[in-house]
Amino acid sequence: MIPEIPALDEITITLAHYLAVSGAVFGIGVVVALSKRNAVAVLMGIELMLNAVNLTLLAFSRFSSAFPAGEEPIAGHVFVVFVLTVAAAEAAIALAMAVLLYQRRETVDLDRVNLMRW
Amino acid sequence: MVLGFFALSGITVLSALLVLVARNLLHSLAFLVLSFLGMAGLFITLSADFIAVAQILIYAGSISVLMVFAVMLTPLASRDNGNSLYVIPAALGGLGLASLIGFVAIDTDWDERSTRGLAETDFPATSNVIGDLLLGRYILAFEIASVLLLFALLGAIVLVQERQRTSRSQDEGDA
Repeated sequence: MIPEIPALDEITITLAHYLAVSGAVFGIGVVVALSKRNAVAVLMGIELMLNAVNLTLLAFSRFSSAFPAGEEPIAGHVFVVFVLTVAAAEAAIALAMAVLLYQRRETVDLDRVNLMRW
Repeated sequence: MVLGFFALSGITVLSALLVLVARNLLHSLAFLVLSFLGMAGLFITLSADFIAVAQILIYAGSISVLMVFAVMLTPLASRDNGNSLYVIPAALGGLGLASLIGFVAIDTDWDERSTRGLAETDFPATSNVIGDLLLGRYILAFEIASVLLLFALLGAIVLVQERQRTSRSQDEGDA
């Protein structure tokens, strides 16, 4: 039983569509952050995850304006502004740490930074 | 509208996947920028104009340039974007997480108006309301964020400059 594929103009984009895209990007970000060896690549995964969370916040904000109790939907946008701020700060610090690590150890390979390994 | 959503989400997800599988670190960085731009387009479809522009400026502009700097300042390090030993459990975990989020998003019984689609509900302009909220109700969080940015600035400068100071003192000691 294959479900019938609807025509393009019969589809309405709902909250679940945005949440599914956000979940996909978040999962890819998790894989990138966990499996890469380069410190900059790990940071790329973290940025992808933050982006997915931003998409979730904006989608809830947009669709909650259709909810009866959604009095102030823009609060989600303010959350996203703060997430952007924290992401910028975190990227600056993390990349400075990567450059510092390279100056000390001549590598940014996280598998070879095992000084504190038990 | 529908076509735009599917095209933009396809661009975003595919370039995120290419970040994962690209062999060169700089190529993967370029695909990351493409993914950020697609995400900004998705924000526009959610009528979040201010956030979309901020996304392009901050993510696709500044953070990617910072990452290019970090790659270029580590010239002897490997650039092959290789995976560690944990790629199989990481892939399983990420796939499980993504499918869990997708399943919950589709299976949850959202409010019926959330399935009505975007075209039938209006949405106010966002920039002035965001400004009012940031300098009104969320003023404390706004100030804390500015302090956080200041400390991140100082921290980045101090972290990278410390090595130069010690090497200079060593040079003076040698002289």
